[in-house]
Amino acid sequence: MIDVLYFAWVRERIGVPRERVETSAATVADLVAELAARGPRHAAAFADTAALRVAVDQDLAGFDAPLAGAREVAFFPPMTGG
Amino acid sequence: MAVRVQAGPFDPGAELSAFTRAVGGAGAVVSFTGLVRDADGALMALEIEHYPGMTERAIAAMVDGARARWSLTAALVVHRHGRLAPAEPIMMVATAARHRAEAFRAADFLMDWLKSRAPFWKREITAGGATWVEARAADEDALRRWD
Repeated sequence: MIDVLYFAWVRERIGVPRERVETSAATVADLVAELAARGPRHAAAFADTAALRVAVDQDLAGFDAPLAGAREVAFFPPMTGG
Repeated sequence: MAVRVQAGPFDPGAELSAFTRAVGGAGAVVSFTGLVRDADGALMALEIEHYPGMTERAIAAMVDGARARWSLTAALVVHRHGRLAPAEPIMMVATAARHRAEAFRAADFLMDWLKSRAPFWKREITAGGATWVEARAADEDALRRWD
């Protein structure tokens, strides 16, 4: 089980801030493919992955990052801090 | 070295005074304060979402990165989240070092990283609705200065 978190407009498109996902995805990209197939809201949120950033266990990661042992994956738009 | 992520307001002057009293032999203190900008008078509020846990962790890593490059005697990052009014302080960075060049560079470095790599997302609230602020390419470019 992996906790999947969404922030900013990704959270709004999907409609929930987090969900627990039963998955055997090997990489972030595999997880994205599974999530996008969940329904139209997920498909819309993941339509353009170039517009998304990802963190695995609270560290920024790439879409090719492995998920072995990961507990938390977050998807969000480019950050606008400062 | 202190990192604070908080919903409540802070007083940049009081923070800077307290910071300056505890800089441990530094000869230079540099600080930057970011305010909620209301360029055309239409902004009602700014909402800042963040990723609790990762935010503190990411900023602490940035401070470690600054300390690895420059010999700082102290550093402070304060960043707010939640709903802010125009002109309120959003965040501040303060750095202390033996000489000013290191303090300036470290503060500049921390600002560049906070802009594009700390998990905050700003949303502008106007009478017309709410709009997520888009990341600027210039902010991303600024990070490459430190490669």
